[in-house]
Order: sequence, then structure tokens, then C-alpha cells
Amino acid sequence: MTVERIIFIAAGVLILGSALMVVTTRKLIQAALWLVSALFGVTILYAMLQANFLAVVQVVVYIGAIAVLFIFAVMLTRKEMRDNSTQTRSNWWFSALLGGLILSGLVFMILGEPQFSRLAESIPPGLDTLRNLGTALVSPGAYVLPFEVSSILLLGALIGAVYIASRKEEDK
Amino acid sequence: MNIPLSWYLILAASLFCVGLFGVLSRKNAIAILLGIELMLNAVNINLVAFWRYLDPIQMAGQVFAVIVFAVAAAEVAVGLALIISVYRRRNTVVADDIDLMKW
Amino acid sequence: MVFLNDPVHFVAGWANGLLNGWGLTANLATIIIYLVGITLLIVFAMVLDIMLVWVERKVVARFQDRLGPNRVGPFGLIQPFADIIKMVIKEDITPAGADRIVYNIAPVLAATSVIILWAILPLASTIYGVDLNVGLLYIVAAGSLGTLSIIMAGWSSNNKYALLGAFRMVANMISYEIPMVIILLVPTILADTMSIKGITQAQSGMWFAILSPLAFIIFLISAIAELGRSPFDLNEAESEIVSGFNVEYSGMKFGWFYAGELLHAFTFGGFMAVLFFGGYGGFFGLEKIAFFSWLNNPFAQAVVFIAKAMFGYWVIMWIKYSMPRIRIDHMLAFNWKFMTPLALVVLVNTAILSKILPPPPSWGYTLGMLFSNIIIGFITIEILRAYGRRKRKDETRFTPQVVQD
Repeated sequence: MTVERIIFIAAGVLILGSALMVVTTRKLIQAALWLVSALFGVTILYAMLQANFLAVVQVVVYIGAIAVLFIFAVMLTRKEMRDNSTQTRSNWWFSALLGGLILSGLVFMILGEPQFSRLAESIPPGLDTLRNLGTALVSPGAYVLPFEVSSILLLGALIGAVYIASRKEEDK
Repeated sequence: MNIPLSWYLILAASLFCVGLFGVLSRKNAIAILLGIELMLNAVNINLVAFWRYLDPIQMAGQVFAVIVFAVAAAEVAVGLALIISVYRRRNTVVADDIDLMKW
Repeated sequence: MVFLNDPVHFVAGWANGLLNGWGLTANLATIIIYLVGITLLIVFAMVLDIMLVWVERKVVARFQDRLGPNRVGPFGLIQPFADIIKMVIKEDITPAGADRIVYNIAPVLAATSVIILWAILPLASTIYGVDLNVGLLYIVAAGSLGTLSIIMAGWSSNNKYALLGAFRMVANMISYEIPMVIILLVPTILADTMSIKGITQAQSGMWFAILSPLAFIIFLISAIAELGRSPFDLNEAESEIVSGFNVEYSGMKFGWFYAGELLHAFTFGGFMAVLFFGGYGGFFGLEKIAFFSWLNNPFAQAVVFIAKAMFGYWVIMWIKYSMPRIRIDHMLAFNWKFMTPLALVVLVNTAILSKILPPPPSWGYTLGMLFSNIIIGFITIEILRAYGRRKRKDETRFTPQVVQD
């Protein structure tokens, strides 16, 4: 029971507990805040996997932007300030059964594959993953094309979101 | 580093299934989007775990995770804009009530 | 290692030996030493925060041509303690209908988002918390946590004015994160690394404020907007929106917001010192002379760093107490139509020039960067002047003329 395993189990409990609260709680604002705590647990996992850049970008993009967007959207689409009705559909037991079956199938496959119980080799000391990530994202032999296409996707999403959410004059 | 890879994969699989339960069983459209966010995070954990354990010198896993970040942000922005626009027209965000195109 | 040259590692080694002598395992001893170190860092930051209350009140008094607190203790030095005691003994109200857990966590999260910044701020070349290789992005991440705490505070107060103030404040902070992130890439390009220690060491040749003064000015403006201080303080405009998102907070919870804001301002003064003014090393190049080699001592470096951070904090206070408040739509227009394009132009300029010019440290590099910044600033001022002239001409076209009979 080394320190890393304790931290991993704590992060796992945080992530799964918060995720369960997200999908079962009745008040939507609390669901959005439990999502923030789940995303924070994922940040801890990235830091343990030594993907520093992804950990920090997770906080900036997911917690700082997407979670705030969710909270704004929840506040802007309610008729009164409290939630009173139930939030789950009447056939929630079927979704739970489906989720349970898929989970058991996946766990069975993961535990059956011997390659997956390997431990991590240590990263060679001179490797600068941040510089390699930057080089891979912009070098023509690596991944510059998905990078540029995703920037066009973000531009399209920006223009689309502003256009959809703006009030047109004749609707007033 | 003495955590086997299977631990990360099982954690990602359970997060994915919790997100799936959220998507399939919630009424509010925004709550469905919350479930989709959990599923995207599970996928990201999978990608980064495989990057670290199989080949940390090739950056393919991290690049893929960065692109998933960008796609998730774009999808949430457009999805929430759609939901707010639908709320302004029909005054509801319950997914079952937005059924103008059902026969 | 001698205590004077490497204080942190010396004390950690001594404590490790002591704990091992008491019979603790190596893992447990390390964890206990880390926890004690974290506690010491937080205590240092909070004691500095109390001193900052005094500094703030004296400086604002001098800007407004009065004396400031001078009754409680010599020069009013005990005044912050009186303030804290007053806040602690006030009644702790939770409004009816507020979400209790969220309401209580919001001030703690606001103060936490500032204290975690002290983990990467280097006080000297050997006194620092951790040297992350993504230190600059960590600053932006801590700012995002602050944004979240304001939304939580505004929503859980169950008060329309608090919600409105929180919305405006969050729109402000999210908008001004964009020029800040863009301009934080300029020290990254100039220093070829994102770690704070690496950036400080890369300035041993020439401070980045001289290499890129426009980047410093844009960072200053975005930092003031991120802090929520005047002239961008729409949330706590005491005369307008009844003090915004923290209207329902009383006693020590309000004290957490207030102390957190002051410490945040000082921390950003520290980051300005580190990113643009050479951080702990570099007292105008004096330490390279053999006579002043004691300036390379970690304790002298810490004093130099705190002096530079105080200077940055003083500039932030100077701007706060000299300028009127800006309206929310002007604030957002200023960001999206002026700051973001200017930040992008500065970034592209720095990136291109860093490849063309002869490598640092050389006079060609310094003068090339400095002149390009001056040229960009000049062109910007000319564009603004032409824009202002055209606006004024549009306004005077429709003034009514007096008709003589």
C-alpha cells in the first residue's frame, strides 16, 4: 500500500462518487458542482500519469470554461429558483441494468488480458514531454492537420453558438 | 510507479458507465449533456493511461486527448446554445417535451 | 549544504534525520515534512496578507491626501489586527433559502485559489515550493478556480443583486483571461520554457520588461481585470450594485473574500516581478560585480523579490485609486476589440523576431525587440487617435446650429 496507490484510490473514490452524485441528484446546480469535483479528480489522475500539460489544461478548459457554461445554462433555463420534480425518467432501472452489463463486460475483458496488468516504466530522464507535445502538434510529419482542423471546428462552433443563442428581433 | 494499467482502465470504464446511465435516464436536456461530459472524460483517461504505459515517447496519446478537449468544448458550447434557444421558444428543457417532429 | 546557501533542503534534511531517529519510516517522515512545509508556506502567505491590509490603507490614504490609520499602535501597525478581530466577532449570518454547503464553500475556494499560487512562486533560487514545467498555465488555472468561487457565491446567496453582480464579474474575468493567456506566451517564447524558474534565469541577461514593454502593459491590464480591482470592479461597486456577489456575506466569510483579494493582488505583483522584472535575481545587474556577490545569497534574493513584488502591488494600487470605474459594456468592448487583437499582434511579432534577430544576449536582440514594440505602440495610438477623431466628427455633424434672424 504505497502512497501512490492511496492517492489513486482516493482520486478514484472522488471521481466515481462525484459522478454518481451528478447523475442522481435532484437539484441541477448541485449536479453541475459535483461535475466540477469529478473533473478535479480527473486532474489528479492526469498529474499522477505525469501528463502535466493535460492536467493544467483540464482545469482551465473543463472547470474554468465548460463547467461555468453549464452553471450559466442551468441558471438561464429555469422558471423558478428551486427544483421540485424528480429528474429521472420512469425507466431508469433499464439504463442502470444496461450500464451494469456494459461495465461487467468491460471489466471482464480488461482483467482477462495479461498485457494490461503491466506496470509503468519510468520515463527516460531527458525526455521533455511538453516540448515533444508542442512539436508533435505543429510539425508536418506529425499531427498538424488534426490540429488545424480542430481550430476550424472551434471557429465554426464559436460562430454557430453566438448565432443560435442571439435573440432575433422579430421574436420579441 | 506501481499501479497496474488495469486499474486506470477499470476506473475509466466505470466512469463511462456512470455517464451512460446519466444520459439514458435523465429528463433535463442539460443533465444529459452532463452525462456526455463524464463519458468524454472517461475516454480521455483511457487515452492518457495508454500513452503513459505503452509508449511515452510517441506523443500520439496526448495529442489525441488534446483534440478531444477541443471537440468537447465546441460540442458543449453549441449544445448549450441550442438548449437555451429551445427554452426561449418552447419554455421547457425536458427532453421528452421537445417532440414537434414525432409522428 | 550550508544553511545560508540552501535553507530549505538543509532544514528538510535535518528534520528527516530527526524523524528517522525517532523511529518513523522514510515514507512517513517525508510526508510529515511535506505537510509541515506546506503549512509554513501558507502561514507565511497569510501573515504577509495581514501586513498588506496595513499597506493598502496607508497607501490609499496618501493617494487621497490624508494620513490613514495612525492611532492603533505606532504608525497604525496594529490596525490590521483590530480589523480581523472585528470581523471575527461579527455575527455569522446565513440567509434563508441559501444553499448552505455551496454558500460556505465559496469563500474558502476563493482564498484557496490564491494560496495555491504560492506553491510555484520562487522567493529565491533555492526557496520555492515546486518547479512545475507548466508554471505559466498553472496561473491561469488558479484564476479559473477563482471564477468558479464567484459564481458559487452569487448563486447560493439567493439574492438577485448578488446573482447579477456575479454574472457581470464572471463575464469580465473570463473575457480578460484571453489576452492574459496570449500574452503569457510572450515570456515563454523569450525564455524558451514555461517554468517560472526557467523564465527567471533567462532574464539574467536582460529583463523582459525592456525586451517587450507592450507585453508588460497588456499583462498589467488583464491582471487588474482578473483581480476584479478598480477600474474593473463591477462586482464590488459599493455605490452601484450594493457590493455585488458578496452582499450576503458577513463576518469572517467576507473577511476571506477581502483578504483573498488583497493577497491575489500581491501575488500578481509577484508574478509581474518574476515574469517581466527579473524575479529574485537581478538588482539592476549589480550582483554580477564581485563586491556585491552577497546579493546571490538566497535571503538577499528573497528580499529583492519581495521588494519587486511590492512595487508591482503599488502600481496596481496606484491605478486603482486614480481611475474611475468603467461600465460593463465598455469593459467588454475594450477587451474584445482592442486588447485581444493587440495581444495577438504582439505575440506574432515576438515569435517572428525571435527567429530573425541574432540570439540573446546581444544588443541586436534587445534593440530589435524594443523598437518593434515601440513601433507597434505608436501605430496603435495613431489608429486610436484616428478612430476618436472620426467619432467626434460624427457627433458634431448633428449639433443644432443657431439661426440668426
